[in-house]
Amino acid sequence: MSTPAPTAAPEPTPTADAAAAVVVRGVERVFHGAKGASVTALTGIELTVHDGEFVSLIGPSGCGKSTLLRLIADLDEPSAGDIRVFGRTARQARIDQAYGIAFQQAGLLPWRSVAANIELPLQLHGMGSAERRARVAELLDLVGLTDFARSYPDQLSGGMQQRVAIARSLAEQPRLLLMDEPFGALDEMTRERMQTELLRIRAETGAAVVFVTHSIPEAVYLSDRVVVMSPRPGRITDEIDVRLGRAAERGEDLREESAFFEGVTAVREALHGPQSSTPGTARGVDVR
Amino acid sequence: MTGLPDAAIATQLAPPSAHRRRARGDNPFRWFVRVVVPPVALFIVLVLLVELVVVAAGIPPFVLASPSAIWAQLVQYAPQVLAATIATGLNALIGLVIGAVIGVLLAIVASLTRVIDGMLVPIVAAVAVVPIVALAPVLYTMFGSTSEVARIIIASIAAFVPVFLNTLRGFRQVRPVHRDLMRAYAATPRQQTWAVTVPSALPHFFTGLRIASSLAVISALVAEYFGGPRQGLGSAITTAAASSAYARAWAFVIGAILLGLVFFALTSLIERVSSRHR
Repeated sequence: MSTPAPTAAPEPTPTADAAAAVVVRGVERVFHGAKGASVTALTGIELTVHDGEFVSLIGPSGCGKSTLLRLIADLDEPSAGDIRVFGRTARQARIDQAYGIAFQQAGLLPWRSVAANIELPLQLHGMGSAERRARVAELLDLVGLTDFARSYPDQLSGGMQQRVAIARSLAEQPRLLLMDEPFGALDEMTRERMQTELLRIRAETGAAVVFVTHSIPEAVYLSDRVVVMSPRPGRITDEIDVRLGRAAERGEDLREESAFFEGVTAVREALHGPQSSTPGTARGVDVR
Repeated sequence: MTGLPDAAIATQLAPPSAHRRRARGDNPFRWFVRVVVPPVALFIVLVLLVELVVVAAGIPPFVLASPSAIWAQLVQYAPQVLAATIATGLNALIGLVIGAVIGVLLAIVASLTRVIDGMLVPIVAAVAVVPIVALAPVLYTMFGSTSEVARIIIASIAAFVPVFLNTLRGFRQVRPVHRDLMRAYAATPRQQTWAVTVPSALPHFFTGLRIASSLAVISALVAEYFGGPRQGLGSAITTAAASSAYARAWAFVIGAILLGLVFFALTSLIERVSSRHR
C-alpha cells in the first residue's frame, strides 16, 4: 500500500525493446527437488517477441517450453535473469493484466455457464454488468458459440471447451496471448479448424502470441517465427523465420503449399540436425 | 478433453436443451415403468410372501408380526407414530445442523492452518471409530433425564465427522489449472475463495451432509434406547416391545424407516443438484 502507484513502475526505455511484447534476458530456472537434487529446466534463455508477432516454442517433452511460458506469465519465477512484458516486470504485467492466457486443459469452471466462464475475468476486474454482457456477446460471436451461451462446460465437446477458453483469454483485449498447447488434446481435424480460427482471431485482434506446441506443422502453419528448444538443460537452439504470409491471408490451402513444407523441413532439421531425417530420433516431438 | 469423439459430435449437433433430458430417459412414463415399478413390485411380493408364511405356518407375533397386523397398528396409532417421528426427527435435524456448522467451520480452519489440520484430523479419526451412542447414559446423567440435549449432542457428533472430513477434502480439490488461472487474473484471496475454492468444495460438503443425515437419524433414535424423555421413536419401540405389542413396535419401526428415507432423499437431492455440472 505504501508504494506510490503507477509512477514507480520503471519507464519503458525508448530502445528497440519498447516495441517488444516480451523480452527475456539470460533467464535460468532450476528446480530443487528433495534430497538436494536439482534439475535445470531452463538455462541462458534469450528471447524477444515483437508487438503483434506470433512466436511458437517447439521442442521435445522436458525442454522447458511450458516452464518458459509460465515464467513469462509470472505463474513461476526465474532463478536468474530478467523478463519484461511490454517494458514492465512480468509480475507487474500480470497485475496489470497485460496478457491473456490459455492452457492445454481448457480449465473452465464447471459450475459456470459458457457465458459466465467468459465473463469471469471481466467480473473479477470489476467491469459493470451491462458492459460485461455486451463484451461476452461479442466474444461468443467471435468463437462461434452464441447458441451455447447458457450451456455448461460438461455439455460441450473438447474443441468447443477450448474455444470458450480462448474467448475467455481474449476477454480483456490483451495485446499479448500466452498459449500452452491449447490444441494438444484435440483430434487432428478439430485441431486444424481451431488453428485456422486462431489465425483469424489473431488477425482481428493484432495481438502478439507466444504459443507452446510439440507439433511441427502446427508451429509452421501458425507462426511468424519458430523458436526451437532442446532438453537437459532446456535451452533455445535455433530460431526459424517462417512467415508464410499475413495472418489474415493464410487459409487451409497453405497446408499444401511448398513453402509450408519447406518450413516444416527447416524446423525438423533444426530439431534433429540435418543428417538425421530418419524417424526415431525425435522422441517426444509430434511430426504429424 | 472428453476423449469421446462420438459424444462430442453428438453434443455439437444437438441444441443445448436436448442434453438436460438425456439423463432422465425418453419420457417420464417409461422412466417410471423402468426405474420405479421393479423395486415396488418386489417389495409388494415380499410383503405378501411374509404374510402368507406367517399365517400359514402360524408363527407367533413375538417371532414375526404379520404385515397386515403391522398395517392395522400403523393405521390405528398413526397420530402417535407421527408425533414420535417428529420428536426424533427434530433431534436429528437440530443435531445435523449443529454438526454440519461445526464441521464446516473446523474444516475452514484446518484448511487454512497446517498445524491445526495436523492436530484435528487424528482426533476426528478417533471420534469416527467410537460408537457415539455409547456416550448416551453418561450424557443423560450430565444433562438430566428430562432433557433432549444429550440426544442432540450425540446426533451432532455423529453428523460432524463426515461433514468435516468431506468438506476438508473439498477445500483441497481446487484444480491446479484453476489456481493458475486465478493467479494469472491477479485475483485477491477473497475473489479466489468465492470464484473457485467454495464452488469446488460444495459438492464434497453435500456428500458429507448426505452421509451425516443418515447417521444423525440413527444416532438420535438409538440414543433413546438408553433413557431420557419418552416422546421419540426409539422410546416408543422399546415401550411397545416391552408390553408385548410387537405389531405396534413394528409400526413405529416403519415410522423410523420413513424418517430415515426423508432425510436421505432430501440431502441426496441437494447433493445431486449441487454436482450437476462437474
